[in-house]
Amino acid sequence: MKIHDVRRGAFAAALLLGLALGLASAAHAEEIEVKIDNFTFAPRTLTVKAGTTVTWINEDDIPHTVVSTGHFRSKPLDTGDRFTFTFTTAGSFQYFCSLHPHMQASITVEATTGSLNSH
Amino acid sequence: MSAHDEDTADGVSRRKVLECMTWAGTGVLWTVAGGIPTSLGIMGEAAAQTSGMTFLQISDSHVGFDKPANPNALGTLEEAINKVKALPARPAFMIHTGDITHLSKEKEFDDAQKIISQAGLDVHYVPGEHDIIDDERGKMYLDRYGKNTKGAGWYSFDSNGVHFVGLVNVVDLKGGGLGTLGDEQLAWLENDLKAKSASAPIVVFAHIPLWVVYETWGWGTDDGAKALALLKRFGSVTVLNGHIHQVMQKVEGNVTFHTARSTAFPQPAPGSAPSPGPMKVPDDKLRGLLGIASVTFKPGSERLAIVDQPLQG
Repeated sequence: MKIHDVRRGAFAAALLLGLALGLASAAHAEEIEVKIDNFTFAPRTLTVKAGTTVTWINEDDIPHTVVSTGHFRSKPLDTGDRFTFTFTTAGSFQYFCSLHPHMQASITVEATTGSLNSH
Repeated sequence: MSAHDEDTADGVSRRKVLECMTWAGTGVLWTVAGGIPTSLGIMGEAAAQTSGMTFLQISDSHVGFDKPANPNALGTLEEAINKVKALPARPAFMIHTGDITHLSKEKEFDDAQKIISQAGLDVHYVPGEHDIIDDERGKMYLDRYGKNTKGAGWYSFDSNGVHFVGLVNVVDLKGGGLGTLGDEQLAWLENDLKAKSASAPIVVFAHIPLWVVYETWGWGTDDGAKALALLKRFGSVTVLNGHIHQVMQKVEGNVTFHTARSTAFPQPAPGSAPSPGPMKVPDDKLRGLLGIASVTFKPGSERLAIVDQPLQG
């Protein structure tokens, strides 16, 4: 949680700096965490830059999976287990838990070539 | 008992059945099995004949589960099996409605087998979603329990005049969806039922409830209604499920739906908690929420008698 916040803070700072200078974003790797708790993915929607590594952590007392048909599929994650995937291409990735398919979420991956001012 | 008073779309009305039943007092017991009246002879004889056949349902043993809701799921499975062994009348066989294991691990299957086999009964399994999360997505389950089954493990068999159908609704679940039977299995079911007389009592068992118990938590089967449509012409249908770790029953026309308790951990009532996750209760309450079900079929009676037995209390 703390690391996550620090990273978000750092990202926000970088964003502000980028906006202030009016520069295009640097294509450096980001790392983001998605928590699985109470049968939900949090955050449920996420927008990241291509090259971002996302790590899912299961904090429930029941196993879950992270499945995006045709893109990635985790093994069953028991309590405390993690799954990591690096998004290299832009696009919209819907994913769900194959054990509890009502659990759904999505990640939008943006190309790294655009300038930060575009959004 | 309102269901008794409703006329069924096909077959004899329930009111008629009750009328017939009142004749019992005069010596001849008439009853109706699947729309066909049957005489069971004079009362004494009838009583002797209707001792019936009893089978057991166990469900959701989740062997390997060790979280606070029950740190010893294998232990409570053993308690359940000890209960089975202690029954005064020996059941004909057992069905297990899935989630034998928690994580589809070899050792979990082995441990479950070791305990369940102590009952000394034939066991008819269907898989739960927790039983098919090995690397090869269900191969381990089918290697162990898939003999003489079709597809992902569905099958049927007959016992004591009752037709039993084991269905699989936990494979290839789609995002946002519920349990799924799939067209291949439904086609098989249609064919399997074709030769059966409408008076044959049918017991269908599957892991996830075939009817929608609570959509928000995914407790239901998307194409369950298609299976139920195929069962419509039968006079006595009993649908036994697990998955929701609590007893729930509903009667709709000729169909009785029933879910069994888990032997591992309870889950909250629909909508009563933020999520359907394992429910932690005080230690002295746990065994009152775990248990098994015994189901008795008496020839000539439409409804199978289902008795839920908690591990304690």
